[in-house]
Amino acid sequence: MAQFLIRRALQGMLVILGVTLVVFVATRMVGDPVQMMLPLSASAEQRAAFSQQLGLDQPLGTQFLAFVGDLLRFDFGDSLWQRRPAIEIVLTKLPRTLELIAAGFGFAVILGVPLGALAAMRPDGLWDRIIVSLSLIGLSVPQFWLGLILVMVFAVGLGLFPTSGSGSLSHLVLPALTLGIPSMARIMMLTRSSVIAELNQQYVRTARARGLPFAHILFGHAMRNALVPVLTLAGWEVISAWAGYTVVVETVFAWPGLGMTAMGAINHSDMFLLQAIVFVVALGIVLVSLLLDLLYKLIDPRIDLA
Amino acid sequence: MSATDFPRPAALRPRPAMLAAPAGFLAELWKDKAAFAGFAFLILVVLVAIFAPVLAPHDPAAQSVLSRLTPPAWTERGSAAHLLGTDMLGRDVFSRLLHGARASLMVGVSVVLLAGSAGVALGLVAGYRGGRTDTVIMRVVDVFVAFPGLLLTLLLVAMIGPSTSTMIVVLAFSNWMIYTRLVRGIVLSMRATPFIEAAEVLGCGPGRILRLHILPNLIPPLLTLAILEFTNILLAEAALSFLGLGVQPPDTSWGLDIANGKNYMLIAWWPITFPGLAIAATVLSVNLFASWLRVTTDPAEREKRHARGRARALRRTSSENG
Repeated sequence: MAQFLIRRALQGMLVILGVTLVVFVATRMVGDPVQMMLPLSASAEQRAAFSQQLGLDQPLGTQFLAFVGDLLRFDFGDSLWQRRPAIEIVLTKLPRTLELIAAGFGFAVILGVPLGALAAMRPDGLWDRIIVSLSLIGLSVPQFWLGLILVMVFAVGLGLFPTSGSGSLSHLVLPALTLGIPSMARIMMLTRSSVIAELNQQYVRTARARGLPFAHILFGHAMRNALVPVLTLAGWEVISAWAGYTVVVETVFAWPGLGMTAMGAINHSDMFLLQAIVFVVALGIVLVSLLLDLLYKLIDPRIDLA
Repeated sequence: MSATDFPRPAALRPRPAMLAAPAGFLAELWKDKAAFAGFAFLILVVLVAIFAPVLAPHDPAAQSVLSRLTPPAWTERGSAAHLLGTDMLGRDVFSRLLHGARASLMVGVSVVLLAGSAGVALGLVAGYRGGRTDTVIMRVVDVFVAFPGLLLTLLLVAMIGPSTSTMIVVLAFSNWMIYTRLVRGIVLSMRATPFIEAAEVLGCGPGRILRLHILPNLIPPLLTLAILEFTNILLAEAALSFLGLGVQPPDTSWGLDIANGKNYMLIAWWPITFPGLAIAATVLSVNLFASWLRVTTDPAEREKRHARGRARALRRTSSENG
């Protein structure tokens, strides 16, 4: 167990180091931060002064060490767009994105798992066909377009929910649905195939032959085994949403979270803020995936962590 | 004359694969109507992308203030000149749709080829060399998989400057790992098989073994993976273009058109609805075709499908008789 934790911590550090390298190369070597952040009208002296302020006149090695040192102190510099420390902005926006992810995935799991299991009861039956077709459509629709269509139908057409913004529970409904529907489709498909496979196992046949009630077999035995891969998928879905897919949803609904802030930072050429967001998100991914691994161990004792 | 040069009877000679394959392929595809429909739609999209300039009734960039926001032809205020209506600048939605297919297919195919060739090469090396090379490559893969995918893509695109070619490079940069994992796994298990060992004993070099013996066995699973990845890239291209970081005007793309239509979607539904449907229909077709292909190229899955078909036929006859 301790060995596992140490190995995973090292691996997480490797990921953070990788992100640091990519961001460093992208911001200092591929792009030119001075040209990107200063207006075109800036004079040569202003450019030189700004470049010196950023330490860009130093050798690359020195720059990289200074960069890493700042990151270790969570000092990402001041946002040029909002004129306050970038990390402060990130921390105020973070809870809104977490709220959106929690609502979206809560919905995806609560609906996706029972519907997937329902489809598995009679493969090729009526419910199965309906659920599989709906999942296929859910997987194929672009998320941002789905959001816009939901706005046109439910916000503009029927007037049930606000079109955008945040603040109340009804503001949360459409963004959460948009974020959750593709994940729900994937969770339904996987639950279905996983339950079908489990119901064909010998132990299920034995239990049925012994006359156990079907509900008991399903919930007491089959579902518990079938849900292990579903949990893996759900964890992966949360991570990939966290890794950027909320950007699209937040942009469509003007949801004031990290994703919309990232787009704002790009549009204002605010490199420091964007960098801060990427790092906080990378750190989040490392922590969440570690937590998920521990959770699997708790749920399925067969998994060997070493 | 060597011993292998005996003339073979005609019946035993294998049919030329290039001729037999397409006919057999279509015959088998026809049995799965959904996959066939998907495949047919994909062919249509490819043809449309190639012949867009000939097929499009209007110049996709031609603006006209007078005819802006004309609804589709079948609605009350619609005009026969614009089948799917016009957008805010009076550009023909249908013509833009036809031209938009080019961007989607071009980006999708380029990214899959670029990421696929890099990923396959690394996977072959990792699986075949093993040892430290394998450890290093797979560690790099692990790190890349744990990257904040879309956000890092946004950062890279913003730093390099948005354009179609930037998007292709950046999407390939963040999507090659899955090929490496797949290829490495298969190569690793194939290295232990007798026919590879026999080839090694006979003195085949690594290059020859990889090219002649391992690569052909990789093609079916790789093809399925590449097709599924293609849908992911299509959706990513649309999302990036929608965010303004992908295809840049005056070029057209379905995602870009949805972004343009978004600002006045409250007064006009058609400029965003049709490009979105085009993306969804294309991705759905690819998914239907890919799931058929996965089953068809996997002998074990084929057997299961055959058994299911037999069982269904048996049930039908027994219910007719009973």
